[in-house]
Order: sequence, then structure tokens, then C-alpha cells
Amino acid sequence: MNRNIELPLAASADYLSIEGLAKRFGAFVALKQISLNVKKGELLCLLGPSGCGKTTLLRMIAGLEFADAGEIRVEGKNITRLPAAMRDYGIVFQSYALFPNLNVADNIAYGLKGRSSDKTARVTSLLELIGLAGIEDKYPAQLSGGQQQRVALARALATSPGLLLLDEPLSALDARVREHLRREIRSLQQRLGITTILVTHDQDEALTMADRIVVMNHGVIEQVGTPEEIYSHPQSRFVAEFVGKSNWIKARVSGNQCLSVADAELYALHLPPLPLGQEVELFIRPEAVRLHVTWDAALLREPNTALADVSKIELLGSFYRISLHVPVWNADLIVDLSRDQLALYQPSLTQRIPVSLPHDQLRVFCSKDAA
Amino acid sequence: MSAGLTIKLDIRERMAGSISYLIAAFLLIGVAGPLLAILGKSLLAQSGEFTGLSNFIEITNVAGFWSAVGNSLWVSALTTAIVLPLAYVFAAALSRSAMPGKAVFRYLALIPLLAPSLLPGISLVYLFGNQGLIKSWLPLGVSIYGPLGIVLGEVFYTFPHALMILLTALAIADARLYEAATSLGAGRLRQWFTVTLPAVRYGLISAAFVVFTLVMTDFGVPKLIGGQFNVLAVEAYKQVIGQQNFPKGAVIGLLLLFPALLSFVIDYFVQKKQKALLTARAQPLVAKPSAFRDVAAFLCCSTISLWLLVMLGVAVAASLITLWPYNLSLTLAHFDFEQMDGGGWLAYFNSLQLAFWTAICGVLLVFIGAYLNEKLKVAPLAQAILRVLAMLPMAVPGLVLGLGYVFFFNHPQNPMHSLYGTMGLLVLCTVTHFYTTAHLTATTALKQMDTEFEAVAASLKVPFWTTFSRVTVPVCLPAILDIARYYFVSAMTTVSAVIFLYTPDTVLSSLAVLNMDDAGDTAAAAAMATLIVMTSAMVCLLFAIASALLGKRSQAWRR
Repeated sequence: MNRNIELPLAASADYLSIEGLAKRFGAFVALKQISLNVKKGELLCLLGPSGCGKTTLLRMIAGLEFADAGEIRVEGKNITRLPAAMRDYGIVFQSYALFPNLNVADNIAYGLKGRSSDKTARVTSLLELIGLAGIEDKYPAQLSGGQQQRVALARALATSPGLLLLDEPLSALDARVREHLRREIRSLQQRLGITTILVTHDQDEALTMADRIVVMNHGVIEQVGTPEEIYSHPQSRFVAEFVGKSNWIKARVSGNQCLSVADAELYALHLPPLPLGQEVELFIRPEAVRLHVTWDAALLREPNTALADVSKIELLGSFYRISLHVPVWNADLIVDLSRDQLALYQPSLTQRIPVSLPHDQLRVFCSKDAA
Repeated sequence: MSAGLTIKLDIRERMAGSISYLIAAFLLIGVAGPLLAILGKSLLAQSGEFTGLSNFIEITNVAGFWSAVGNSLWVSALTTAIVLPLAYVFAAALSRSAMPGKAVFRYLALIPLLAPSLLPGISLVYLFGNQGLIKSWLPLGVSIYGPLGIVLGEVFYTFPHALMILLTALAIADARLYEAATSLGAGRLRQWFTVTLPAVRYGLISAAFVVFTLVMTDFGVPKLIGGQFNVLAVEAYKQVIGQQNFPKGAVIGLLLLFPALLSFVIDYFVQKKQKALLTARAQPLVAKPSAFRDVAAFLCCSTISLWLLVMLGVAVAASLITLWPYNLSLTLAHFDFEQMDGGGWLAYFNSLQLAFWTAICGVLLVFIGAYLNEKLKVAPLAQAILRVLAMLPMAVPGLVLGLGYVFFFNHPQNPMHSLYGTMGLLVLCTVTHFYTTAHLTATTALKQMDTEFEAVAASLKVPFWTTFSRVTVPVCLPAILDIARYYFVSAMTTVSAVIFLYTPDTVLSSLAVLNMDDAGDTAAAAAMATLIVMTSAMVCLLFAIASALLGKRSQAWRR
């Protein structure tokens, strides 16, 4: 009944392809019609809030949960119903799941078969690979969180699987170790060229590590794209809000590239075709908002420019976050400035400051849901 | 390659499934069958015709039935009322004071668990009986044979059960709550009512029901020292063993099952609430020294421990003294069991055999069952059966279980009829009788393990039995030893279920105590009881040494 007919390899270099995957737990719909392709050798990140279905999707790829509908193919072969032990992947869990009674060497060699001298050699080379040579005889409880995490990674890589699955691998670590390990895992992944799927709820992790990001919410994919696309061209209000900081201004479509706000008109280069009078919301990243030193005649010709009241100046480490209110747009904005920019513009709570919204940076979303 | 792998995996899953079904079948035979048999028997006349509820009605008309019900109820209630405050004070002293010698007191308090419930009866006879050492302490006209003896004996027997529940309840203490209460100006009394009581009330309720049910369904103590004072548990024994009236025995058994089931259900809900009290961020409470409180705690614990020691010591002494109280010279003659009725050394070696096989079979069944249930998703029907039937034995008094076994296995149409009267059936009965506590111990240990171990093993293509033997068993070894010890000691001391199932060839030492006492050989009964206590204590010691040694070797990673 299970013939495993070899299908011709798809023309693209897709390693894994998912088609119409759906899963429900009782009344709760965990995944709705998910379709997705993972390219060979890329690091794909599943990003979303808890309960969005990202972990369920990962567990289905691992064969730890089974789909109600849809198909998962690896290099053209249907593996949807295949049990976990028959799939080809290594996995690292948030808890690392290192066997507490086995030392590091035995943990890493757990899935290895063959002569013990071969195993020892493999363990040694893996420990060198993760930069922890010489800890073979230690037990997991004697290692720091970051070391445990890397040992779990080495164990997952030991059998040279075709696919690496990482389930929130850095969530249990403190901020400094996390940043270091992000770089380390990413460079390891690139050196080995192993196709990797990373699940996280941490946008920074996704943006710094991924080749492509899949943003998920309520069991559906909101957007798939490179970190740059996700950050600067969010395709839905959810993505815009979930990744990075954002400013929102209520507006109404009043013409070609033209929008009316409270007492003024704004121009947006990328205005999708919408009926006149349609209520929309304008979106712009805090660092895209531009300030000006003084209000002069040249600024009158600059589109989307107005005077703003400064309501708060916060130091957030390497940069400052300025809160503004623009009366003519009836909008509250936040603007992120570097220390140099702050010295240049010298915003103060007692003085109005000119502000521009570059028309190529403004994006328009219908007031309800994506545009 | 791929097809071969499929078949191999299929075999793995099927194996796990088959074992699940085997264990489920074991519980169906060992728990569900006997309980249904007792239910069925209560609805049939002695001739075997269906009579509906007429057995229930008939028994209420038997002379002395209502007085037995009343006696059982008030003796149980009185014992509960005495044990709870004693156990609470003891538990509070252990967990909330800075008195010295806590570890010693904790061990002393568990003494009664090493002995059959017959032992306190024997000791009371020697202390307050007709030739009792301190009989004169009793007010004139008051006899120890009756409710007084029963209550005193049951207090001894149930004390550690109540203590353990209350210790668990008191262990859940958040120091910050007390600090907050103190900083808000609450006095000691107010702190007790507003912080301590809310935290331990579930434990108190739970302990009360457990003690009440234990007394209600125990027949060791009343059989030995109850005299003419009739209680339900002894009545059931008389109906079945004395008069061979199985339907009436079944009816009384069901009546005894009722409070046990009730207490089980209440305990279930209470435990749920208890868990919610424990937050991960609670700061453990460390008692600061306080002279008055610590001295008072020490005195209370010393008094209670002394009493427990005296009860044990009297039985030990009686077994070594020629003829109490006339000839106090020491002798080992009472240990020459061959000269007496009751089973002799055969009984003792049978008990060892039963304890050994119960420990082995119990550990294997319970741990493998709990593992499959907790970690592998196979055979959902078998798993569901296991989950329900593993919890049920806790709610079934030994007496009722034993009766059920008689009806179920003695039934001529049962293909397992040949088991009746064998050591195998005694092992089966004892394993099921104590299944729940063992199952909970195993489940707790398994739950503490990472839930992803099996997933990781699957991703590394390692079969489940490798992970089971390389990781699960070594990590859970302390719990496994605990289960084995619990089964061994329980099998040594059990009376209530096995009394209906033994034959002259399979007589057990705890039953020999009863038989020798019945025959008037109280000194020999004391000797046998002493032997049981010594064996249990030795086994506990051996297990402690074993786990310490194994701990050094295989638990090196725990630090």
C-alpha cells in the first residue's frame, strides 16, 4: 500500500515542499492550508506569536504530529505519513533534551552506529566544530546553558541529517549568550550548507539569522520574504506591527497617490488602487521619519512636511527615541535618532520641530486588515 | 531499504502496543473482574438466582447489622479525631520548627508501616489485657477488649498515613507569605488562620478521609482486640469465612467500598487544588530557632515516638519472654513455630516468597505500564484502560478486593479457576492491591523527565527500548527502588486481601499471626509479628544501602 513511488525531482532546488497542510486540535485550528517551499541549504525562519502554529508546523515536519490534510514532500518524496524515525532530520528543542545521565560524548554519539573508534572520532570533530573541544566527559548539569545548547546542536548534527530543525533554540538563554549563539549557529549552518528550519517568536533572531522569514499568525502564513522584505515591505498590518516598531496615521484616499489626513494632504508613492474616500492607515518605520534643523522656505516645497511638538525624549542605549505629536495630521509619531542625529537636530520639549514623511517610505493599509 | 525500515518500525510500534494491551489485560483481570464479580454476587441469592437488591434489604434485618454499622462509624470517627491533631502536631514540628533530631523522628514515625495492623492489637493485649502489665491504669470496669482497644490500635496503625499527607501539605509553604503577613502586623494566631490553614486545609481533609476509610475497612485490629464489639469489616469476614455466605459478604464489601470511593473522589479534587497552591516562585520556608516552640515540638514528638516505640517494643519483648507476666526469663521458644498451629516457618518463607515476587512483578508491570502510558502514543484503548484501572485500587479496601478475588477466581466457569489457592494468585492480588501508589510514584518520576527525549531518540533513529534502558531506567532508578521496597514491605504486612485467598500451603506470616492469636498462642503471634517487623526493617535498610551505593555509581550526574 505504501509504494514510495520515486517522483522526478522538481526543477527548482526546493528541498522541502509543503502543500495545503491543515491541523486542528479539537475546536482549535492550529494550521489552515499552509503551503511553503524550503530551498536547499537555506535557513528558513518560522516567526510568530505563541499559538500561531509555528511549532505545530515544525512538529509535523519532524513527524511528531500528523496533518489532517495536505502533503509534505522532501526532495519530491511524500513523507506526510512517515513516522519520525523514518525521516531524515536532526532536531534541537528549547529544553535541549540532553540525556542527564549520559556525558557529553555519549549524548552526541547517541544516534551514531558502528565501531566505537569511529564514534569517538566523530564526537571529537563535532565538539571542535561547535568550539567546545575537550568536554567529552562532562555531564549536562555541569555545563552552562549556552554549552548545553551547542551540545544539543552537535547531537542533532552527528548523523549528518539532510535537514536541521531548531525549536526556539535560544529562548532559554540570557541576552548576551543569545546574541553570540545567533552568529555562531548561523555561521555553522552556512559552513555546513545544511537546510535549516528555525522556529522563534523573537523578531531580532529571525531578522539576523534567516535567509527567509515566514511570518505566521492564527495558523496562516502572513508573509514569506527575506528579512529586508519583511522589515521594509510588510504585506499586512500584522507583519508591520509584529516585526519592528511602527507609526500609524489615520487617513482617507483623496486622489492618485493622494491622501487626506486631519487638516492636510499627504502623498504616498506606493498607493494601491483604492476607491476614493476609503479609510486607510499610513505606516512608516520610526527611523524612516526625517527631522529638519530649522523651518525654512525650502521645506515648504518638500511634500509631507509639518511642524511637530516634542513630547518625550528617551535614551534606549545606542539610540534615542523621540515621541512627537503633529497637530495638522492629528498623529503621534515616534522617531529613532542616533546620538549624532540628536546632536544635529537638538529636539527640545519647548520647541516645535519640522518633520517629513518621505513619500517612498509610506505604506498604506486599509483600516481593517491588509491592503 | 525503505520498505524494510517500515516493517522494522511497525514491529517496534506493535511491540509497544502489545505490551500496553498485556498490562491493560492484567488490570482487567486483577481489578475490574473481581470488582464486577462482587457486584454481581451481591445481586444473586446463595443458590445463584438473580434476586436484585433483596440481599441488601435482607442484611439490614439481620440482628446486630445496624449496631455493626454504627460501631464502625463512631470508632472510625473517633480515631480520625484523635489521629489528626497528633499527626498535625508531629508534621508541624518536623516541617516548621528548628528542633533537633528531625531525621530520627521522621523514621520513628514510620514504624507502624513495617508491621501488620495486628501488631498494635497484640501489644495492647500485653499492656492492658486480662494479664496486662499496666491493666491497673484502666479505670475499673473498662476493658481494653472493645472500642477502647480498637481506637488505640487504629491510632497506631493510621498515624503514619495521616502524617505523610500532612507533611506534604505543610511542605508547600511560601516564606514570603509569612514575611508579608509579619510586615503587615499579623500576630502568630492570625498568621496561622490566614496563611497556614488555607494552605494545609486540603491536606487535613484528605488525611481525615484516608484515616476514616482505613479504620472503617481494617479488620486486623478489631479482630484481635475487638472482643464482642462488632464492626462491619469483621462481620464481612465472618459471613464469608465463618458462614460461607458469599452474597452477604459481597453486600457488606460493597457497603465498605462506598466510603472508600467517596474519600477517593474527594481526595482527587482536593489534590487538584493542592497543586494549584504550589507556584514555581515560592521561597522555601526555613524555620528560625525559637526556644519555646522548639522545646515544645521536641517534647510532643518525643512523647508520640515513645508511644510508638512502646507499642512495638512490647510485642518484641513479649516474643522473647517465657510466660508474661509470671515468668519474665528470656527465651527463643516462641519462635519455634513448628510446635504451634498457624503455619509455622512455612508461613514466614511463603511471605518472603510473596514479597519477592510481588516486588519483581510489581516493579516491572507498574514501571513499564507507566512508561508506555506517559511517553509513547500507542494503543489508545489500552492506555485509557490503564489510566482508569491504575487509579482504582486506591479506592478499593483490601477486604473488598479479597472478596472480589474469591468470587471471581473461585467461579467454576472462570478459565483461570486453577489459579485459585496458588501463590500466583496471591502475587496477582498483592500487586493490584498496592498498584495505585506504585503507579503514582512511577508517573511522578517519569513526568520529571524531559518530554522530548523520545522525540530526540526518534529523530536519531534509536528504538524506544534503547532510550528506555539507557536513559529512562537509570534516571528513574531511585523511584524504581522505592516502588520495589514499597511492594516488598506491603506484601510482608498485608492481611486484609490475602486472608480470603490462602490455603494451608500458601499461608502467610501475617495470617499466621492472626491464626496463632486465635488459637490462644499470643506469645507466638507476637514472635511472628516481630519477625515481620524485623524483616521489613532489614529490607528497608538494604534498599537504603543499595540506593546509596547505586547512587554513587549511576547518579554521578545528579549534583
